[in-house]
Amino acid sequence: MTIDLFLFLVLALVSIGTALGMLLSRNAVYSALFLVLNLGAVAIFFLLLGAPFIAMAQITVYAGAIMVLFLFVIMLLGTEEIPGMQNWKKFIIPAVLAGALILESIYLLTSASRPLGLIANPSESVNTAQAMRDLGELLFDQYLLPFEVTSILLLVAMVGAIVLSKPEKAGK
Amino acid sequence: MVPLNYYIILSAILFTIGALGVLIRRNPLIIFMSIELMLNAANLALIAFSSAFNELDGQIFVFFVIAVAAAEVAVGLALIVQIFKSRHNINVDEINQLKG
Repeated sequence: MTIDLFLFLVLALVSIGTALGMLLSRNAVYSALFLVLNLGAVAIFFLLLGAPFIAMAQITVYAGAIMVLFLFVIMLLGTEEIPGMQNWKKFIIPAVLAGALILESIYLLTSASRPLGLIANPSESVNTAQAMRDLGELLFDQYLLPFEVTSILLLVAMVGAIVLSKPEKAGK
Repeated sequence: MVPLNYYIILSAILFTIGALGVLIRRNPLIIFMSIELMLNAANLALIAFSSAFNELDGQIFVFFVIAVAAAEVAVGLALIVQIFKSRHNINVDEINQLKG
């Protein structure tokens, strides 16, 4: 079994385990935390597949911004309660999954034989900076119109969210 | 090098778990999270194809999918908060009419 396949299998185990955890846990807070782990695992997959920029975007936008928004709304609605004292045995599975994820990400980020921009096959390793430059050129050249449309979409979403959460006038 | 098939199978499994979540859970927040899971499964497939064919276009698509997911979540969560304010209940089975 090659090292690549081993890394893939560990990550696959982590991502499927956390997805099932999200699906099956009774508490929405735990579901959200499992989903954070799952998004992290998918981000490490992106590193493994030679897409470091997308991996970092995944961590910051998904696991960072979107999941914080989720947790914020869960807390705001107050429909879920976390029991105060808990048995540590309940956390063994999430802890093992998170530990595997952290070890693998440290390995991928520090391993000298595996630079970040590596496309799965070591013999065709590409320069990270060059790959990033190509991505930027593609985004701002060939895909410029979709990029601008995305900015309008984000603006509309922002206005929509503000309008929706505005308090209604009393006399209406 | 991991065969492309493995990534596609994993992506299919994750997508199925997400679809299952939408079908069996009744909390709209969990349903939203399942939708995020499905989007991620699709992203994984896109990046796997992009890497296998050595083209960067797949990564650009994933970039747009992430932006669209962020917009979707912002509006969706604002809607859920509003529904909760007017009904104090967010069970999707009981929200069956459009009137506020």
